[in-house]
Amino acid sequence: MEFKDYYKIMGVNKDASQDEIKRAYRKLARKYHPDVSKEAEAEARFKEVGEAYEALKDPEKRAAYDQLGANWKAGQDFKPPPDWNAGFEFRGGDFTGGDEAQFSDFFESLFGRGFGSAHPGRQQGGFNARGEDHHARVMINLEDAYQGATRNINLQTPELDNNGHVVTRQRSLKVKIPKGVKQGQRIRLTGQGSPGMGKAPAGDLYLEIIFNPHSIYKVDGHDVYLDLPITPWEAALGSSLKVPTPDGKVDMKIPAGTQTGQKLRLKARGIPGKPAGDLYVTPHITLPPADSETARELYRKMQQELAYNPRRHLGV
Amino acid sequence: MTQKILKGSLLDEQTEITLNELCRACSSPAEWVIELVQEGVLEPLGKKPLRNQQTQWRFTATSLQRARTAMHLQRDLGIDRAGVALALDLLDKIEALETRLQLYEQREP
Repeated sequence: MEFKDYYKIMGVNKDASQDEIKRAYRKLARKYHPDVSKEAEAEARFKEVGEAYEALKDPEKRAAYDQLGANWKAGQDFKPPPDWNAGFEFRGGDFTGGDEAQFSDFFESLFGRGFGSAHPGRQQGGFNARGEDHHARVMINLEDAYQGATRNINLQTPELDNNGHVVTRQRSLKVKIPKGVKQGQRIRLTGQGSPGMGKAPAGDLYLEIIFNPHSIYKVDGHDVYLDLPITPWEAALGSSLKVPTPDGKVDMKIPAGTQTGQKLRLKARGIPGKPAGDLYVTPHITLPPADSETARELYRKMQQELAYNPRRHLGV
Repeated sequence: MTQKILKGSLLDEQTEITLNELCRACSSPAEWVIELVQEGVLEPLGKKPLRNQQTQWRFTATSLQRARTAMHLQRDLGIDRAGVALALDLLDKIEALETRLQLYEQREP
């Protein structure tokens, strides 16, 4: 397992005061909080920072960590000395980590397991306690929202074994994604959360829908947007064109005199539902290159015969 | 081995969830949800219920996302109720702006 340099992760010196560590944590936690940050690695960084703070905020854990010595480098292969933490007592409790937070093997080898769950005491309240709800994300394509799909989902679930230890169980589910889902909506799977204690029912699993970015469409709620390149004559004379939609090609009428940037609506061609969303097509007029004598001749003819000044409103 | 395909229920704008369901999904007590309602972060459905009818409160399913973000912000960043309410409003604004920005961004030539 890899050694983790918790001071480096927090960006503080080894002799930093507890206050400095707290300040560094607060700053980094705000920066990388998954509900706030759009950075790609935000969630991983947030967990890493949470783990580092967990080890350093508690003077006992910090002293034990410091005792490992200053010679370790981040990423180096690490094995804890056999009796390294003799004489230290870790009280646990008051853990920072999120409900899905799992600390690294490195952390667990130092400070033990059972800290990964934010509410270790919650399930031990009585003989009949409903299992906790779980939350996960599922990435789908825009097309899946039009047609529906099934997705395989792999979950790592912390659970208590018979001896009361937290063990991570791998679970794989096949889930139906219904037609008409939108970004950020949730699917609730009753009874797929943590098992209940005694006769109480299991918790539920909530799956949050996230769309993969699409190469040609953009999505806002249930409306979908498409940029459509068109030729000057299609725009000027009007035309009927084949236009892609996430549900297949459709015919679309471009009115004569269409300009770049206008929004043309294809009613109910957005994400299906009640009501269905619309598909907005934004035409972009593109010029054919003047790369042959014929093309240049046509442009010259337009120049001579069309009295067109697009800058009249600028007074020039 | 063929795996059973699980069908869940889609929580869309029309779906209502109970106070109890909201609490469970946020691993938080009802008092905490009531605080969020008092702060204007969450809005129960229907006309303002009486104080002793709070257990009958129902919310739109979209409140779930808001409540969970509030929970994460409070727990992870130590923000108080008023701060969470402000942060949520600002996050909503940023999201709306980013969506608009995305639509206006020119596609590759």
